[in-house]
Amino acid sequence: MRIIIVGSGKVGTALIDHLAKEGHSLVVIDSDSEVIESLVNKYDIKGVCGNGTSFDIQKEAGVDGADLVIAVTSSDEVNILTCLFAKKAGATHTIARVRTPEYSEQMLRMKDELGLSMIVNPELEAAVECSRILNFTAALKIDYFAKGKVDMVEIKVPEKCPLIGESLSTIRQKLGFKVLICAVQRDGEVFIPTGSFVLQFGDRIHVTGSHRNIIVFLKKIRLESKKIRNVMIAGGGRIAYYLAKRLLEDGINVKIIENNWERCKELSVLLSGAQIIYGDGTDQSVLIDEGIEYTDAFVSLTGIDEENIITSMYASQLNLKKVITKVNRMSLFPMLYSIGVDTIVSPKQLTANLIVRYVRSMSAKKSSRVETLYKLVNDQVEAIEFSVKKTNKVTGIPLKNLKLKDNILVACIIRGKEIIVPSGEDTIQVGDNVIIVTTNTMFDDLNEIIR
Amino acid sequence: MNYRMIRFIIGRIIKTIGLLMFLPLGCAIYYHEPVMPFIVSLAASLVFGHIMGGRQPENKTINAKDGFITVALAWIFMALFGALPFVLSREIPNFIDAFFESSSGFTTTGSTIVQDVESLSHGILLWRGLSHWIGGMGILVFVLTFLPSNSQAFYLLSSESTGPQVGKLVSKLKVTARILYGIYTGMTVILIILLYLGKMPLFDAVVHGFSTAGTGGFGVKNASIAFYNSAYIDYVISVGMLLFAFNFNIFYFILLGKIILVLRNEELKWYLAFVFVSTIIIAINISSAYSGQSFRYAFFQVTSIISTTGFVTTNFNMWPALSKLILILLMLSGGCAGSTAGGIKVSRIAMLFKSAFQSIKKMISPRMVQTLKFENAQVKRTIIQDVQAYMMVYILVFIIGLSLISFDGYNFETNFTAIASCISNVGPVLGEIGPYGNFGGYSYFSKIVLSFIMLAGRLEIFPMLILFLPHTWKKSY
Repeated sequence: MRIIIVGSGKVGTALIDHLAKEGHSLVVIDSDSEVIESLVNKYDIKGVCGNGTSFDIQKEAGVDGADLVIAVTSSDEVNILTCLFAKKAGATHTIARVRTPEYSEQMLRMKDELGLSMIVNPELEAAVECSRILNFTAALKIDYFAKGKVDMVEIKVPEKCPLIGESLSTIRQKLGFKVLICAVQRDGEVFIPTGSFVLQFGDRIHVTGSHRNIIVFLKKIRLESKKIRNVMIAGGGRIAYYLAKRLLEDGINVKIIENNWERCKELSVLLSGAQIIYGDGTDQSVLIDEGIEYTDAFVSLTGIDEENIITSMYASQLNLKKVITKVNRMSLFPMLYSIGVDTIVSPKQLTANLIVRYVRSMSAKKSSRVETLYKLVNDQVEAIEFSVKKTNKVTGIPLKNLKLKDNILVACIIRGKEIIVPSGEDTIQVGDNVIIVTTNTMFDDLNEIIR
Repeated sequence: MNYRMIRFIIGRIIKTIGLLMFLPLGCAIYYHEPVMPFIVSLAASLVFGHIMGGRQPENKTINAKDGFITVALAWIFMALFGALPFVLSREIPNFIDAFFESSSGFTTTGSTIVQDVESLSHGILLWRGLSHWIGGMGILVFVLTFLPSNSQAFYLLSSESTGPQVGKLVSKLKVTARILYGIYTGMTVILIILLYLGKMPLFDAVVHGFSTAGTGGFGVKNASIAFYNSAYIDYVISVGMLLFAFNFNIFYFILLGKIILVLRNEELKWYLAFVFVSTIIIAINISSAYSGQSFRYAFFQVTSIISTTGFVTTNFNMWPALSKLILILLMLSGGCAGSTAGGIKVSRIAMLFKSAFQSIKKMISPRMVQTLKFENAQVKRTIIQDVQAYMMVYILVFIIGLSLISFDGYNFETNFTAIASCISNVGPVLGEIGPYGNFGGYSYFSKIVLSFIMLAGRLEIFPMLILFLPHTWKKSY
């Protein structure tokens, strides 16, 4: 597909990285010629230097034949205007990043009125992710499939887990096929486990199943969620605002520490139920004064990765029920796991995932459609939910007879209200939703999973 | 450095050279000439390329340094393997001579060491023409059209393509390479047909078509194009040479119907101005010697030299000093960036002129704020610096080359034009050798020097220089 990306900041670059690897024709527009130059040298893309809102620049980038225009500059208004122009000039689909809370409340209306295909709000996505994790503290990460019918949680195998040392096939017998371990990360390596795989302490595993079954499973491995009643947030940016709003609605006490006086005043107007503290949220003495030791959960959301990491390292020593860290630089992730900062939220990655999913479902062939897509474990694994539209090469054949490519797992089949954690006898049928977990990160059709 | 990827690409290139030898092989079979030389060199290239290339490496990253080294090495290997048919056929028995001939072919220089071109077999003649054609657009661009995508091959393209700034036509490198070769092939075919219609034998038309397209200069006759003595052929080849020294983006714009972009192209205007002014001056200057035909000869020679092709229709060694001087200047200038021509390139010269004038203006009013504009866009300071550095290095290589070949007995004019001719990939030499002469009289040492000067000139010096810089090969930082 021909895709134009306007703005090459953090999200723009992440998008280029994903989409260039998937083989799309990319043109990137940015006003900084040096950024363009380094991107053109690094990826197989074309760069245009200039203002993405300008009609001439858009034309130079080939907007008239473009399938998708993604505007991710730092300004909401520029993004919206860019998309409007691009749509008028003949682009098929447009995606704008809009972050201001005032706009985000009228997102649906804007989308319809302005003819945008999609509006993404990274901060809102990050806040939603944080609140999910705070609701379910056993998980490092939670993703939903089939409109919330199926969960995929990432957990770390605890020390006193009774399943340690047992192979997956015996675990399956014990649990009766209710949940499926679909990806394992151990010592920096990622793999899709087979039946003979033996669980170890410290493995980070992804488990799929219905919400109830997953809770049962977590109880069995002695990893229970604790109820969170109060949360302390360092940094009062947009994510903090969205998150606090959601938590307050759930009746959770929120304390936000922000070091900008003006912002503090704003927040106290916007969030009447929350305690707003004017102070440096990365300063230990401030945190102790504000009672970090007695809080249930701590979320570091300042604008600087390093400060978030260090504050979280401090907080995780205090035995809180949950510590969440916002980190944007993905190259840091593996390092962070080893120092105990394990629950990470990355707005950049969330946005990139959303857009990549959209692109994947656009380019899908007819026999199946990409409904949801999550990139797991540093983008090395993908979990994709396909809805099967037509009879194709995989339908109606028992899974054990399918010649799947390597490193592919059919993690779940959703048939109406029924959730099937598949065994070799199950078949995929038209109308099903199927979740595939794979280390191959290129699929956009179900037909591609067989040899 | 990613040695495995460098090896892999060079292996692919040697294999490609081997595959290209099928064409002269077919020609040799058709003309009942000895086929063994081609079969042996073909097999040798394929086997060597296969062993060298090995399996495609996992890590496909190529950084700037890898790009330069790959390109430089690839061209040296190309010249070595391209020399095999000459040696094995015993038509150029000495390997150094053959290496010179092959370098001259791939770099589209067209200088030869062969006394009697007409005595060469058809297969060898075709191989010489084909080497021009491949070398003109670039072997890596050719290989890129079927190299695995995903690899960051932009550095390869930018170090092989000519000119100070290299851009892509479309977002995919592979597609860009295919468009370039598509345009190139199409134009070559048209040229061959036009030559054939001008009563040139088909074989000659094909070789001259390849040679003109690559702006090379190898022909099939001792008298070069003068042999045909046809105004039609002269003009067809003149216009062909003129066009192949255009930036290829221009043809892409024409194909897209964006004529306005063509008319706005600043480098093209400079280039056409050079051609026009030089042709007029020379035509007037030589009018007494050629009654009524002076424009035809002046136009042919000007386009032949500025496009760095080096075809000859008349012995311009006998021309007045002014005309000879203009030819030498055109020789150094060369064609447009992004073309198959050699030389310094018109855009560099234009930028240098502009920046020099700006500096002078700034001396007069020191508070003046200036931006250098070229092609309606601001030129970054770093690009000007690159161009200036390029000029300095160019002069340096020129002087070193000149001193090294001065040990042979030729006079200064001959040596100077020989180096100018080789570094700009033109071909003919003035002075004691003359446009109809050949490089056979130089010593083997000088021939090796000249071969490397040709390769350096084709790759715009930096890749070759970086290859031989000890700093490049140090492991530490």
